[in-house]
Amino acid sequence: MGSDGAFDEIWGEGGPDAPRSEFAALAQWVADTPASELQRRQQSAEAAFRQLGITFAVYGDSDAAERIIPFDIVPRVFLQREWEKLSEGLVQRVEAINAFLEDIYGERRILAEGIIPPELIYNNEQFRPEVAGIRPPHGVWAHICGIDLVRTGPDEFFVLEDNARTPSGVSYMLENREAMIRLCPELFRDFHVAPVDSYPDMLLATMRSVAPGNNPKPMCVVLTPGHFNSAYYEHSFLADSMGVELVEAADLVVDDDIVWVQTIAGRVKVDVIYRRIDDEYLDPLTFRPDSLLGVPGLIAAYRAGNVALINAPGNGIADDKAIYSYMPEIVRFYSGGEAKLPNVETFRCREPDALRYVLDHLPELVVKLVDGSGGYGMLVGPTASKGQIEDFRAALIAEPHRYIAQPTLALSTVPTLTDNGLAPRHVDFRPFVLTGSDGVRVVPGGLTRVALREGSLVVNSSQGGGTKDSFVLMDANGGAMQSQFAAQFQSQRQGG
Amino acid sequence: MLSRTASALYWLGRYLERADFIARLVEATVRLDALSARPAGEAAWVSALTVSYTDEGFAATGLATNQANVARYLTLDATNPGSIVSCLEKARNNARAVRTALTRESWTAINRAWWLFQNRASTGGATQTLSLVEQVKGETRGFEGAIHRMMRNEATLLIQLGAAVERADNTARLVDVKYHLLLPAGESVGGVVDRDQWTTILQTVSAVTAYRWLYSEGLQPANVIDLLISRFELPRSLAACVEETVGLLSQLAKRTGLQGEADRMARTRMARMQKTKTQDVIVSGLHEYLEAFIEENAMLDAAIARQFRFI
Repeated sequence: MGSDGAFDEIWGEGGPDAPRSEFAALAQWVADTPASELQRRQQSAEAAFRQLGITFAVYGDSDAAERIIPFDIVPRVFLQREWEKLSEGLVQRVEAINAFLEDIYGERRILAEGIIPPELIYNNEQFRPEVAGIRPPHGVWAHICGIDLVRTGPDEFFVLEDNARTPSGVSYMLENREAMIRLCPELFRDFHVAPVDSYPDMLLATMRSVAPGNNPKPMCVVLTPGHFNSAYYEHSFLADSMGVELVEAADLVVDDDIVWVQTIAGRVKVDVIYRRIDDEYLDPLTFRPDSLLGVPGLIAAYRAGNVALINAPGNGIADDKAIYSYMPEIVRFYSGGEAKLPNVETFRCREPDALRYVLDHLPELVVKLVDGSGGYGMLVGPTASKGQIEDFRAALIAEPHRYIAQPTLALSTVPTLTDNGLAPRHVDFRPFVLTGSDGVRVVPGGLTRVALREGSLVVNSSQGGGTKDSFVLMDANGGAMQSQFAAQFQSQRQGG
Repeated sequence: MLSRTASALYWLGRYLERADFIARLVEATVRLDALSARPAGEAAWVSALTVSYTDEGFAATGLATNQANVARYLTLDATNPGSIVSCLEKARNNARAVRTALTRESWTAINRAWWLFQNRASTGGATQTLSLVEQVKGETRGFEGAIHRMMRNEATLLIQLGAAVERADNTARLVDVKYHLLLPAGESVGGVVDRDQWTTILQTVSAVTAYRWLYSEGLQPANVIDLLISRFELPRSLAACVEETVGLLSQLAKRTGLQGEADRMARTRMARMQKTKTQDVIVSGLHEYLEAFIEENAMLDAAIARQFRFI
C-alpha cells in the first residue's frame, strides 16, 4: 500500500505482497534485486550524470551552484491501454490550448460568448497585447506542451498544470532511459517498453513543419539564455540531438525584418527558433527595454511572418493558473466535447463564494499563486504550520485574485529506493506533446517526478524532488502506436 | 559555424593547453626543488611564477615564496587568473557554451579535470601536489585523445589551433625565463644548479629522452635551446608549433574558404624559422628573439580572431 493509503502504481492497493496483476513481473524484479544492488546501480547512474554535466543550477544557492537531480532506479509504468487513453486526452487538451490562443489573440469569440470573463484576460500579466493580431506561421502557437498530470487511482488522472511556454525536463526523460538501459538491461528483455528516443526527430520535424515559406531546408536553431541558465544542459542536449545550432541572443541580428545568425562565413538566414528565453526577454524593443538577453527587432521579424518562434510569444495566457480553472469550458468550447482529461477541482479565490470556502478550509487545501512556479508561493494546508496558514489567510484576504486553491489529492505513489530500502513515494508526471503544421505527436513516455521525502507532495526539482524513468509497456502488437496517433489526429487539426 | 562557437573552441584549446603547461611547470619545479642538493628551492619557485607571468600577482598576496604557497597559488588559487583551476574554469565555461560542437568524450575529459579541483582547499605536500598535477595531465591527454576521435571538422581544427598558438607562447616564455634565471650566489654557469635548471626545462616539455636521442653530447644549454626552438621533431618546440599552426590554418581554409592575413603571417614566420640557425639567435640575443616571437604570436592570435569573425 502506498504512503498515506494512496494508490500505488505498481503495488496497487495491496502492498508489496500483492502487486497489480499486470505488474507482477515488475514487482518480482524489484523483490529479486537486492536493495544494495539497486543502490549500487543508482549511484553509478548519478555518477554518470555528474560526469556528463547533467546538472541544473539552483538560484540563490551559490554553494551548490550545480546539482544533479536525484535519479531513482525503480521505473513508473503505464499499460498500453492507460497510455492510449491518456494520449487522447492530451491531444484534445493541447488542440484546445492552440485554438484558445489563436482566438484570444485574434477574434476573441470565447470572450464575446461570455465563457471567460474578459478582465481575466486583459488584466492578466501573461496576456501580451504586443502579439495580438499576429498569426504565427501555420497557425501553431503551443508547439511544445508539457502537461503535468497526477493520478489518484487506477483510472483517475487529473491535469494539475499546463505548461505551454518553455516546458523543460525532456532531456531527463531521455537520459533516464539511457541510464536504465545501461544499468537494468534485464528489464528491457522482459518487458516491451515503448522507445522514447524518437523525440528529437519528432521535435525537429515539428520545427521544420512550421517554417515560414517553402524553404525545403529551413535553418532551425535553439536559442538559450546561456550556459549559466538552470536548464542549459537541456538546451544543449536538444540542439545536439537534433543536429541544429545552439545560439545565444548575441549570435542573432535582425536586419530588414529578417533574422540572421552570425557565422564564421558571415550571416545565415534563420527560419525557426526554438527559444528557451521567456517572452519578456525576447526583444528589448517590444518587451523589457532593460534586458540584454534579447534580440532587438525579433518580434518585428515575427510579425512580418519571416520567422517561426517556438513556442509563440504570449502563450503564458493559456497555462496561467487563473485560466486553468476554465480549461473544461475551453475544451468544450473549441472541441465541442467534454474534456477527456479532467482538471483538479479548483477554487478561484477571485470569486467571493470560492474565497469564503477556501478561507474556511485552509488546512485541507493547497493554495497557489496564479503566477507562481517551481513550488514557490504555495501553501500545502495539511502539512503547514498554524503561522503559515494565518500568513496565507491574510494574503488571500488582501489580494484574493492572485490565488487559486485545490483540494489536497492523494497522489499516487511508486516504490522508491530510500536509505531504508524500498518505500512508496508520491509522484507526478509530465508528458510532452508536440504540435506541428502536420499533426500532434506524443512520445510514449515523459518525466516522472518523485517527492523523495516521506509523505511529501512537492515533487519540484528546485524543492528536492527526484526523477524516475517512465515506462509505457506495449502489447505484443503495440509497435505502431506512436505513428497511429500522428495520423489519427492529423486529420482533426484545423487551420494550416 | 557560429562566430561565437569558433571563438569558444579556439579559447577552449588555449586554456586547456595552458592548464596542462602550468601542471607540467609545477611538476618540474617540485622535482627541481626536491632533487637539488643546494638551497635552490626558492629560486625554482620564483622562476615558476615568472614563467607563468604570475609573479606580480603572487607578490601582492604577501606570502612567502615557498613550495606550499606557490604550488597552491599556481594550482588552486581562483584569484590567480593563471592558475590551473582558473584555466580549467575558463576552458569548461567555453566547453559548456559549445557543448554541441564537442563529443561526450571530449566534454567529460574537461569536466572531470574541473571536478578534480572542486572543494579542494589545499594541495597537500609534494607527493599530493605531484599526484594532482599528474591527474590534470592525464585528463588533458585524455582530451587530446578524444578530439582525435571527433569528426575532422572546423571544431576540432579550431581547438587544435588554439592549443598550438598557446603552446608556442608557453615554450617561448619557458626558454626566455630560464635563460635569464639568476643563479644563486656562488653558483657558476654549468654548475649543478644550472644543470638542474636546464633539466627542469626539458622535463617541463617532456623532452629529456628526446634530448638524448638527438644530441650525443651531455647537457649543453645551447643544445637545449636548439631543441626547443628549431627541432621540428619535438612537438613543443617553436618550430613544431609554428608548422602545426600553418597546417591547421590551411586545413581550416580548405573547409571554410576563409583564408587571409593569419595564413600569410603564419607562413612568413615558418619560412623565416626554417632559415634560422640557433647559434645565430644566441649570438645576436636570445631574449630579444623570444620577445619578438611572443609579440608576433599575439599578433597572429589577433589576426585569427579577425579572420574567423570571433565575437
